[in-house]
Amino acid sequence: MRTILLRQMAAGQRGTIAKVNAVGELGRRIRDMGLVPGASLLVQGRAPLQDPVAVRIRDFTLTLRNNEADHIHVEVDETT
Amino acid sequence: MKNDSERGLIALLGNPNCGKTTLFNAITGAHQHVGNYPGITVEKKEGFYRLNGSELRLVDLPGTYSLTAYSLEELVARDFLVQERPEAVINIVDASNLERNLYLTIQILELGAPVVIALNMMDAAANRGMEINAGELSRRLGLPVVPTVARTGRGKHELLEATGQLMEKNPKWTPLQISYGPDVDPVLNDLEEEIRATSFLTDLFPPRWTALKYLEADVQVIEKGREANPSLSDKMEVIAAHVSEHLEKTLDTYPEAIVADHRYGFISALLKDGVLKRGYDADRLFLSDQIDRVLTNRFLGPILMMLILYVVYQFTFNYSTVPVNWIAAGFAALGNFTESVLPPGPLKSLIISGVIDGLGGVIGFVPLILFMFFAIAFLEDTGYLARVAYMLDRVFRTFGLHGSSVMAFIISGGIAGGCAVPGVMATRTLRSSRERLATLLTAPFMNCGAKLPVFAMLIAAFFPAKQALMMFLLTLLSWTAALLLAKAIRSTILRGPSTPFLLELPPYRLPTFKGLLIHTWERTWQYIRKAGTIILAISILFWALMAFPALPSGEKNLFDQKRQAVLSELPEDLRAAAVGLKMEAGEASLPAPVAAARDTLRALERDEALAALKHSFAGRIGLSLEYVTRWCGFDWRTNVALVSGFAAKELIVSTLGTAYSMGRTKRGEDVPLGGQLASDPLWNPLRAFALIVFIMLYAPCFATVTCIVKESGAWKWGLFSMTFNTAVAFALAAAIYQGGRWIGIGS
Repeated sequence: MRTILLRQMAAGQRGTIAKVNAVGELGRRIRDMGLVPGASLLVQGRAPLQDPVAVRIRDFTLTLRNNEADHIHVEVDETT
Repeated sequence: MKNDSERGLIALLGNPNCGKTTLFNAITGAHQHVGNYPGITVEKKEGFYRLNGSELRLVDLPGTYSLTAYSLEELVARDFLVQERPEAVINIVDASNLERNLYLTIQILELGAPVVIALNMMDAAANRGMEINAGELSRRLGLPVVPTVARTGRGKHELLEATGQLMEKNPKWTPLQISYGPDVDPVLNDLEEEIRATSFLTDLFPPRWTALKYLEADVQVIEKGREANPSLSDKMEVIAAHVSEHLEKTLDTYPEAIVADHRYGFISALLKDGVLKRGYDADRLFLSDQIDRVLTNRFLGPILMMLILYVVYQFTFNYSTVPVNWIAAGFAALGNFTESVLPPGPLKSLIISGVIDGLGGVIGFVPLILFMFFAIAFLEDTGYLARVAYMLDRVFRTFGLHGSSVMAFIISGGIAGGCAVPGVMATRTLRSSRERLATLLTAPFMNCGAKLPVFAMLIAAFFPAKQALMMFLLTLLSWTAALLLAKAIRSTILRGPSTPFLLELPPYRLPTFKGLLIHTWERTWQYIRKAGTIILAISILFWALMAFPALPSGEKNLFDQKRQAVLSELPEDLRAAAVGLKMEAGEASLPAPVAAARDTLRALERDEALAALKHSFAGRIGLSLEYVTRWCGFDWRTNVALVSGFAAKELIVSTLGTAYSMGRTKRGEDVPLGGQLASDPLWNPLRAFALIVFIMLYAPCFATVTCIVKESGAWKWGLFSMTFNTAVAFALAAAIYQGGRWIGIGS
């Protein structure tokens, strides 16, 4: 299993969150939205300027900026 | 009316986009009241409902994902629960998005409030193949769970019955305890024991909750703790820091991360084994996702967005023209009627130019605001506004703003001809405070509809060959100025990292018409009530500035004598015609001497108006400002017009007319002012351009300033926008004028 940053994931790629290393307000918001280790996600797409990124997680769609996605490490699902 | 305290108090709490407001509207209907929480701009909504003979007071708390201390909305919701101690909390949970919605539920339960869960959007969940066993969820959580569909009102009565039954039992606040694992639990136990022993903050929070907040480093709770018992607070902070350090060293994690992990773990366990069954793959693309493939597509997305924003703009400004014109016509008729019945004098002038024009100014904005809020409510409730923010965020973030800022800019006149009043109010859709403030301070730089007549007049007079190009240039210029100044503001007085974006794209939904109407009306009413009074007062003040001090009687007599002299030269039977027909059309048939006398009388009237203006406070202000404004090439006449433009930008043209003795001798008369300026040797294209730039950027009109104060919650931001904008406008206009003269144009 490869672990990469959420920013590096391609549209359509799936994975499982391995680690979130943000603290403070950003960390809190990321976790409030259910981005915690063990949660599986699918990269749904990116905005026209490649930033932010849209992620399908826990039955909803969340968008976050690339510099926010940098705090999220994902074990990518190699079959996708 | 019973006292508030005699009514059963119920709080509605839930995530954004969970249908909370729809449910609130379904329950309370028209029996609601919208206000603000004291000192801040978070809306406070209350409504009433009669259940089995007793009155319930429902408070719709702001939608939040969590109960931390990071945003105003969260603090408002948390403080309400803690301080008001509602008898029951109705927690609205989006059934199609259960896990994340329950995250808030857990936090309410940890506070100990008695909760009834409204399992909302059951229809959407069913469409997504989700089957939820509400009875089992209720059993596991030990609280009532009622399936609802807020849009249709389904389950509303069952929900209220369940809430009523819960309140009858008069339940105690019993905090939920969940395990945070072997690294946190022991510390929590120790802290809890100590808190209990010393009754530390126990009047406000449950002991275990306080302990948890210390571990999470919650700013507000720790601040309260320091006030209540500084030594214990210090001790607890040290323990929390220890735990934090230990976790970072051994597990490379943080207490708050562990807390969040365990809460989600708790939720997963809660939903396992028969509570939540999925019929489809969780990642299946639903209709909403398919729509997004088109609407947020890399190429089609931006094009469609431009189109949709353009339609919103057209809708707001074109369709509101009809009622705006009705209102204008109504107030003009009222003015004319008053003119005909009141005896001349200062009272008449006050009522017509101060009160009626001022009221007209307030009410004139109402259709605009109504249409704008309707359009925005539609975009917001369908979920499209979130997509706009998603697509444009990269651009606006460069300038320290947020993707959602675009709406305010466009409404304010980003497409020339908007209005900053609804524009500033449109910033309500922004939830991040620094970005919101920067947006509402820079939106007034856009070319609103009231600046356009001045621009059109000056462009036609000085740049007749390039009118369209000039207008386009001015639009570009105002966007550039707004974005660059936003950047400047965000890197100085509003410096700070951008608020985390983390924006949910809710599934597309068709809004209910009732919801749209309620939404639109309550915001419009707030404008009328709050902004209205201040705008009226200011327009009376400006009327006084322009009307007082009146011309000394000596000078006034001089004009009267001249008038008499003109009339006395006419045969007696024609005098009435010269005076009476002064303004009428179809004058060509008048005998030559009458026509000549009429022209002289008109000129006299204009000269008198000019003399009066120069003598008034406004005129004196204009004169004394000349020392400064000559750097931009403005004389006292321009200054007076600019001062009056602060009351309303529409006044600039008419005041310039008076100042150039073009005579606003009758209400609404057309003035060929442009031609007069173009032939004036003092005026040239450079001066005109400096004036255009100044008008584009200087202090917003008072209606806008009032809205800035209301929306930002502080007078200082209103004052700031007046001084800052004027300073920027002055600097730029002076640079243009002086620079232009230096390179030799327009001297």
